[in-house]
Order: sequence, then C-alpha cells, then structure tokens
Amino acid sequence: MLLIRCPWCGEREETEFHYGGQAHVAYPPDPEAMTDAEWAEYLFFRDNPKGVFAERWVHSAGCRRWFNTLRDTVTSEFVEEAR
Amino acid sequence: MTVESLRRSPLADHPLVSGSGVRLVEIPFLTAVNVQGAPGFPTPPASGVAAWGERSVLWLGPEEWLVVGPDGDTFDLPGGVDVSANRTTIELSGPNARDVLEKGCTLDLHPRAFGAGRCAQTTLARSQVLLWQTSNAPVYRLMVRGSFAHYLADWLTDAAQEYL
Amino acid sequence: MRLPSGGRVDRSAPVRFTLDDVEYTGFAGDTLASAMIANGVLTVAPSLYLRRPRGIVTAGIEEPNALVQVDGEPSLTATTVELVDGLSASTLSGIGRLEPGPAAVHDEKAVHDKKYAHTDVLVVGGGPAGLAAALAASSGGARVMLVDDQPELGGSLLSDASPSPWVASAAAELAARPEVRVLSRATAFGYYDSNYVLVAQKRRLWHVRARRVVLATGAHERPIVFGDNDLPGIMSASAVRTYVNRYAVLPGREVVVLTADDSAYATAFDLTAAGANVVAILDTRTEPPADLAARAMSLGITVSPDQVVRRASGSSRITGVSTRDGWLDCDLLAVSGGWNPVVHLFSQSRGTVRWDDGLAAFVPDVAAQANRVVGAANGVYDLADCLAEGAAAGGEAAELVGYPGAAPELPSVARRNATPPGPLWQAPDDPSRCFVDLQRDATVADVLRATGAGMRSPEHVKRYTTIGTGADQGRTSNVVALGVIASALGLDSPGELGTTTFRAPYAPVSFALMAGRNRGALHDPVRTTAIHPWHVEAGAVFEDVGHWKRPRYYPHAGEDMDAAVLRECHAARTGVGVQDASTLGKIEVVGADAGEFLNRMYTNAFKKLAVGSARYGMMCRADGMVFDDGVTMRLAEDRFYVTTTTGGAARVLDWFEEWAQTEWPSLDVKFTSVTEQWCTVAVVGPKSRAVIGRLAPSLDVSAEAFGFMTFRDTVLHNGIPARIARISFSGELAYEVNVASWYGLAVWRAVLEAGADFDITPYGTETMHVLRAEKGFPIVGQDTDGTVTPHDLGMSWIVSKQKDFVGKRSLRRPDAVRPDRKHLVGLLPVEPDVVLPEGSQLIAPGTPLTPPVPMLGHVTSSYRSAVLERSFALALVKGGRDRIGETVLAPLGDRLVEATVTEPVFYDKEGARRDG
Ligand SMILES: [Zn+2]
Repeated sequence: MLLIRCPWCGEREETEFHYGGQAHVAYPPDPEAMTDAEWAEYLFFRDNPKGVFAERWVHSAGCRRWFNTLRDTVTSEFVEEAR
Repeated sequence: MTVESLRRSPLADHPLVSGSGVRLVEIPFLTAVNVQGAPGFPTPPASGVAAWGERSVLWLGPEEWLVVGPDGDTFDLPGGVDVSANRTTIELSGPNARDVLEKGCTLDLHPRAFGAGRCAQTTLARSQVLLWQTSNAPVYRLMVRGSFAHYLADWLTDAAQEYL
Repeated sequence: MRLPSGGRVDRSAPVRFTLDDVEYTGFAGDTLASAMIANGVLTVAPSLYLRRPRGIVTAGIEEPNALVQVDGEPSLTATTVELVDGLSASTLSGIGRLEPGPAAVHDEKAVHDKKYAHTDVLVVGGGPAGLAAALAASSGGARVMLVDDQPELGGSLLSDASPSPWVASAAAELAARPEVRVLSRATAFGYYDSNYVLVAQKRRLWHVRARRVVLATGAHERPIVFGDNDLPGIMSASAVRTYVNRYAVLPGREVVVLTADDSAYATAFDLTAAGANVVAILDTRTEPPADLAARAMSLGITVSPDQVVRRASGSSRITGVSTRDGWLDCDLLAVSGGWNPVVHLFSQSRGTVRWDDGLAAFVPDVAAQANRVVGAANGVYDLADCLAEGAAAGGEAAELVGYPGAAPELPSVARRNATPPGPLWQAPDDPSRCFVDLQRDATVADVLRATGAGMRSPEHVKRYTTIGTGADQGRTSNVVALGVIASALGLDSPGELGTTTFRAPYAPVSFALMAGRNRGALHDPVRTTAIHPWHVEAGAVFEDVGHWKRPRYYPHAGEDMDAAVLRECHAARTGVGVQDASTLGKIEVVGADAGEFLNRMYTNAFKKLAVGSARYGMMCRADGMVFDDGVTMRLAEDRFYVTTTTGGAARVLDWFEEWAQTEWPSLDVKFTSVTEQWCTVAVVGPKSRAVIGRLAPSLDVSAEAFGFMTFRDTVLHNGIPARIARISFSGELAYEVNVASWYGLAVWRAVLEAGADFDITPYGTETMHVLRAEKGFPIVGQDTDGTVTPHDLGMSWIVSKQKDFVGKRSLRRPDAVRPDRKHLVGLLPVEPDVVLPEGSQLIAPGTPLTPPVPMLGHVTSSYRSAVLERSFALALVKGGRDRIGETVLAPLGDRLVEATVTEPVFYDKEGARRDG
C-alpha cells in the first residue's frame, strides 16, 4: 500500500485517496465544436506509459484537495508532488 | 421548556466506557461552522488549531477551517456553513488513549509527529473523523458524523477493552 | 531424551501437554518439538500423499514435516509452538482442518487486534546482526522497532553451548531505551510499497511504516538429496545443535554428520560434549577445513572427505547410511547442504537477488526500497562480520533518519576464514527415492519428469511438480529444486536459472488475524439517522442502503411485506404517510458562482432559480450517462442546498470538487457536506397540508401561498426552527420538513402527533419505491446502471438545449442516438397478480429458446400497486418507446409470462394530485 504525500496534509495512507487518472487532460473549451472522433479521444483515451506518469489524486478522506503527481508506474514511486 | 431540551445527541442512549487507562465521553452540541475562503478570524498553520477567544479554529485544508465554539455559541461568518449538528464529539483521554487510536488510525501520533494543538481529517477504523488533540495528557477529540457515531463508539469500546 | 544439565529451559517449571491424546511433560522454554524430542518422540504424522514415515527435521519456521493442530488452530509447526501448560496438539498430514467449536481461535470472543505503528528504523530479526543494528540505530534517540519471532532475543546465538552474555546486555539496553519497541514472538511476513511491513504476533497484526528497514532475517540450512532422505532421524545439522544446546535434548546417540559446509562441525563437537557418539563427519568437499578437521580428530571423530550418502536405511527411523566407502550404523543423521539466506522479505520489497558461486546461494543484490540486508540474510556467516555489518547498517539508518548515534559495544569474536561449501545437486540413488520437497512429497524423479517434458523455467517446474507450494512455501526445497533442475539441464549452477518469485505471506497468517475487529457487529460501519431509535421501537424491518440502515416497511401484527406495503401505500395516496428521508446526501454550495457551477453540472438550468425555490436536477458523467439526481433549493443568491441520492452523497461531493478544483478554479464556489446536519421528514398525502399546518402554525400552507417546489424557513409549534419544502417524490401533495438533526426525533414525534387523527402512517423505502414507480420516477442506480442517458429515461425535457453541461456533447454521439437503445418503459404483466422478479431478462414473443437467446432488456423495478390494484414494473427495453402496446416475455420459474409494454407513468398522468 502506497504512502502518498498530500501537498497540504503530508504523508497519508493510500486508502485516504482516490485516483484521478491521467493529469493535464483539460475539459475542452468548446465541446460542441468537436467532431465525434475528437470528443471520443477526450472521453476515452488515456496514456498508459511504463515509467513516469503525470496523474491526479484527491485526498478524499482528508482535505478533499486534488493534486498532480509524477509517479513511476514500474516502481510505484512518486517522483514529485505538485499542488 | 426550552427548545434546546428537545435536542438529542447522537450518543444520548449509547453508554461509553471508562477505566483506568482510557476514558470516553461524548461532548454533545458543540457549535461548529465550516468556513472556506476569506477568514474573519485568526488562522492556524496547516494541520493546526488556533484559539479565537473561547473558540478554536481547526485547519481542514488550504483555505478551509472549522470554527468550534461551546454549545449555544452563535456567530455569523461570511460564507460559513453551520455544521453544529453534522457531527458529535467523542473525547478520548487517559494514559492508553493513544494505544486505542493506534488500533484503527494510520496517522503517526507519536509526540514527535502529533500533539496538543494539532488536528487532522483522517480515518479511524472505517469512519472518517476529525481528530483533534487538545492536551498532551493526552486528550483527543474525535469529531464524527452523527450517522457513524454509534459504529465508532462501539468500535472504541471494543478497542479499549484491554485498558479498562 | 533430556540432557541432565544445560539448555535454556526452566527445569523448575514442568509443563504438561498432550500429543495425539498421549500425556507428556516438558519444561517452560521448550517448543512442542523440543519437548517431543525430550520424550523420545521424533516421528510425526506420515507424509500427505505417499504416507511415508516422517520426523522432525528443523528447529524453526522452515520445518516441512512437523505440522500440528494446537487447541483447534490448524497447520502450525511443532518447531515454533511454545509449550504451555495444558497444550493439546495433534499431528497433521499436510492438511489442517478448521473445526467449529469451543477452541480458542474460533471463539467468537477471541480478540484479534490490529495496530498501526510508525518507526524511524525497523529491524527484522533479533540475532547477532539484528541486535547490533538495533543498538546502533537507537543509540542517538531514533525510534526503532525490533521484530523477532522467538520468545527471547539472540537468534542463532541462543544455539551456542554457552551464549555470549552480550545477548542479555544488548536486550537489556534496548529495553531501557524509551524509543525502542521490541516485538518478540512476532513474524514480519509481508513487505509492501513505501516500507510498509506487516508483522503477525499471536493475536495482533502490526502494520508498520518505517523510514528505514534493516533486514537481519538469517539463513536456513539446506538439505541434501539422497535415497530415502526423508526418514525420521534425518535432521538439519544446525537444528540438532539447537536442540542439544538450547533445549538440552538429544535427538540421537549414534550420529553421522553429512555436510557440504563448515557449520556442521560445531554440531559434531557439541554432540560429543553432550555425550553422543559421532560416528563420522562425511564432508562432501575434497579438502575439508583443516582447523575443524584437526579439532574433530582430537575429539576422536573421523572426518571423511569427498563423501556422499547414497541412501539411508531404516523402516520407521534411520538405522544407518550407505556411503561411498561402505556402511555406517546411526540413529541420527545430521545434514548440512549449505545455507540459504532468508531473502524473502527483501525480494518482496522488489529487491533483486543474485547467485553467489562462492557461497552457493542466492544473496541480495540491488535494493528497491530504503532498506539494507545484513548478516546471514546477506550471505555473511562469520559472527564477527555479522555483528560489524549489523552495527554499520544500524548506524547508517540512524544517520539517515536524523538521529546519528554511537557505535555499539560488540563482543570480541575471532574471525575465521570459511572453506567454501560444496553443494551436491545430483541424486546418487533412484531419483524416485530422493526427496526434494517433503511437504509436497515431490522427488528428483518428479523434477526430471518436468525437465524431460521440456520445461526449463523454474516457475513451470514449480507448477508442474508443486514443489514449493506447500504451507512452508519451499523454504528448504526451493534452492535444492533449482539445483536439481540445473543439473538435469546440464547447467553449472542454479544461478543460471534464477529463482522463483517470493510472495507474501512469508509465514501462514490466519484470516481471523487479518480481519481483526472487522467482524460481527463491527464488520462494516452501520449508519443510522437521528430517528433510528423510533424505527427500532416501532418494529421496522430494515434494509441496507450503502452503510445506512433504512426502514423498509413497518409490519403490523400478522402482516407480511406485501400487506404492510399495500397499507402504507394506501395511506400515502388517500390520507397521510410519513417517511424518514434523512439519508439523502446534502451539500451546501456557496459562492458568487454557485449558480453558474450548478448550471455546468446539471443537465438543466439552476442559475436563474429564484431564492426560495427548489428544482429537481439530473447530472451526467462526461460520457452522457446519468450519474445522480436530486432536488436543489436556492437559499440565497450565493447559496444552494443540493440533495443527492442516499448512496451518491460522497460521490457527488468528490465530483463537484473535481470539476471546481481542476477545471474551473476561477469560479467562486465551495462545497460543504451537510448530510448529517439535517434530518428530513417527508410528509406525504392529501392530508399532509393539514398536518404541516398544525406543525408550523405560523406558516400559510395554502396552495396559493406555499407553491409546489418552493420552501419556507419557519419555526414549529414547539419552537424548533425548520425549513419546510413542498417537494413530491410520489405525485401526492407532500412536504419535506428539514431540521437540525439533533431535533430529528422530536420533530418526527411531533409530526406523528399532528397527524394522529388522520391515522398518519409511517412508511419505509419499499412504499417509497412503489409510489415513485407508479409515477414513473426512476431511481438512479436501480433503473439506471451507468449506461443510461436522460433521453433513454424519456426525460429529454430535463436536458437543456441552451447551455453546456458536463456530458452534453456525448448525448449526440452516434451511439447515444441509436434507435435501438434501451428505453425506460412500463410493463403490465398480463396476469395482474404476477410480480415479475426484478432483474428478469425480457425477450420478444416467438424467440427461439436456443442459446444465445437475444435479449430485449430487463426489469428494473417491479411491485404490486394498491392504487392500480395490480402488479406493474419498470424496464429497460431496446427501442422500448417504439414497442408500446407490444408484448414481451419474461421467465417466471420455469414458464414464460407475458407483459404489455406501456408508458412508464401509471398513475395521475396529468399531475393533478400534487396540489392536494
Ligand atoms: Zn490533504
């Protein structure tokens, strides 16, 4: 079980967090202008790298804040946390 | 008959145990207001508690606080949300209080890591609590949602058995 | 046989025990195994598959044979069970049995505890290296935890004829340091991410987070393969030494020592000192260590180099061995095939291991976490080196965690250059009599069958032969198996194969220990409302909704559920009913942009909702599928009160936070969960207006003054402040009375009192479901399943065409507009007494019943209706709205019943009843 550093509360057990998937996938500014394929790309497609991955977590059982991390998917080690 | 006499705290009918190592009591009806955004009161550092007269300001997150006052306290804070009845408070004290918490709380409660004037939103057993240490004696306050209060009281009673 | 003196047992404390119903006596400080040997019992239960006689082999956790059931607890090893007075054990052949009954472990009252611990440095293993590490790590004040599986610290040093006094002084020093915690009789069995180590103590499971870990887990002695190497009386040489010195018991009198390693010489010397006759030391190496051989000679022990044992003889116990040179009589064969460092925890931590040719063993290579392996676990066997390495690792850890200290005092021990071991991997006899895994009864022949079938990977051979899959997880057999595979494949060493993966748990852990206090009444949280005590007193039948206990119905004497629900429904439709609706999720949404935010979350508009008004809303995920729904009130220009489904409260709060924080941080909007702040009492039915009028005398409750979907803040007749809303989930005239939850019970009682002369009827979730289904109101999570859009529900009216909202773009994806999507429709069974089971699959008439049978959809809700005087159902049906009037078939028992597809609204289609 991972120990995750919430940028606000410090290190907490993984069970206090929920995973939010890939980071930096912004909600498109004008969904109606997008083709079906572009919209599907936004909805359903995410990276799945072996190695460092920018992802989101929320400290749901603590301060409820979302934050981004860089995690190595091979070792599960957090390279860095960012607010 | 005052209207307050019609109130009933979540653990009103729930006996709480006390013994030489651990004491459990409910502190019902504390006034509590959740404030996010601009505070109109002294603010504590992260994971800390600040005094505001006879009130305490508990850090809940960046720009989020819980202002806790005695029963009957009234204050209107801009953007505040009254959550006085949302939780009740169980006070856990005694030389083995920390031992009991360590049976279900994953936080490091060692004096080097936690102590009087610290608070944390976390999980105790399987319910979320706001854990607030008020004294190094030690005395802890567990602020728990009313719906979970019976479960948590049962759990604490079970976990405290060896220290009674 | 018990030796007349020596050992660490307490001869003043005799302990009585039974084994297989025979009474014996041992001493405090004995294990069950040492006490058995003291009583001349070396033989345990026969082997699992071949029923061959088997005996005690080891003196520790690696034991493959001596499985016992102790006081009801199965599959323990006699070598690790501490002897206590009155202990009752029975020997097992490989498989234990959980027996219901009064045995302590299954006692409902037996407490299994859990403890979360944090430490700067965790040291696993209390032998010389671990003790040195713990002393060094704690000398500067760091928090140190030392975990050891024995009753006393010292590890291998306890097996010396006279253990160094340093052990006791080290233990005393550790005990005196306030920040040191020593866990004895505790086994670290799992090593997970972020230095998370699980430790099993008898009735307590420790969850340890450590900043640094020092693994001083020691090594296990390896067996050697030869014919009939499973006979009782063939033991690990180091175990024999432990029995002689630590427990003062002699497992045999005429002893042959077979060794590939230096360490077994000490066994021979200590046996001699204890009065046994060591017939010979058979050394597999061509050049046995000169110093040890000379000492053996001086004790009158013959040392034979370059030896093997071809086969052991004996029927129930060893009587002799045939060697390269001839025959030797013996009643005990002490074997050392060399040592395996215990790298299990290190390997679980994702550290890699490498084969060391000089040591003929897998040793730790590269660490993946903040840990270090020391002593025998690191392939370092010389005592002086072990102590030094442990102290160095402890000192390093102390420095890294910010509490540097001083080097500990260590006993002065002479260094000795060991002669490299000479392991034997080839079977010198019939392979089917040369055992590799005693617990699985697997032989060299089994391995050869696997390699003969073309397998090369140890993982494949392991699965084919089952070697290493017993309760002992191959502690003694793994490396031997690898050696046998390697030699069968013509490889130089097991190192060329690599090892199989080590997985947690290192030692068996009972489910009861893992469950801790999460069982019985505490198995899962139970959430209750403030009104719960009344429901219990009223005899409500409860149902679980998430963690909540909700009254399902309130049976009168003699009523079953159907009768109670018909009565409750009738009251709500013709008089007045009351329901505890407090479990609904509630969120206060505050901020200048609260309206804009809700506009983006809900399919319908909220920005222009008037203060004092309420609106039903629906939310979709980005993929356009219905996510949650509920009524929202506008309390002020910048303040909304959102309700969610009972199960959806936490989900919706997370959802709001996600969008507000990660997508629109510039919006001024904040969220506070107020689910338990409010108790909500729903008052429903034509007589509800009268009840509310009595309850809130200062409120004008006329239809004109208090319109549908509005709310009023008021004070009830008893002084309780309340927020009353005109909201209906049943189609009837209805109100929801919201009060601070500590007033909930008082208000519930006041409502009952106010409605007493109308025969006000409390109703539960079942009636609530029927009432809303009669109106065709879907329940998210029951009539939807994450694949249903608002259009599928026939609720296009709630989908705004003007504004964007989360999920909107998805509603015109080609898949979302397929004509054959499943629509929510009504079903009327042709036989009006038939209630279709919820979940029933639906097919078209005339569909051939040969699999795969094409399905049209399924029943999502199904009830008996008081007001319709018949059964009815809601269903998701492919192209359902185009099938209205058609018939579908549903299985009921072993027949198919017909139902007619209808509109989903069954009652008061015009909505005439909501104003009373
Ligand atoms: Zn946090």
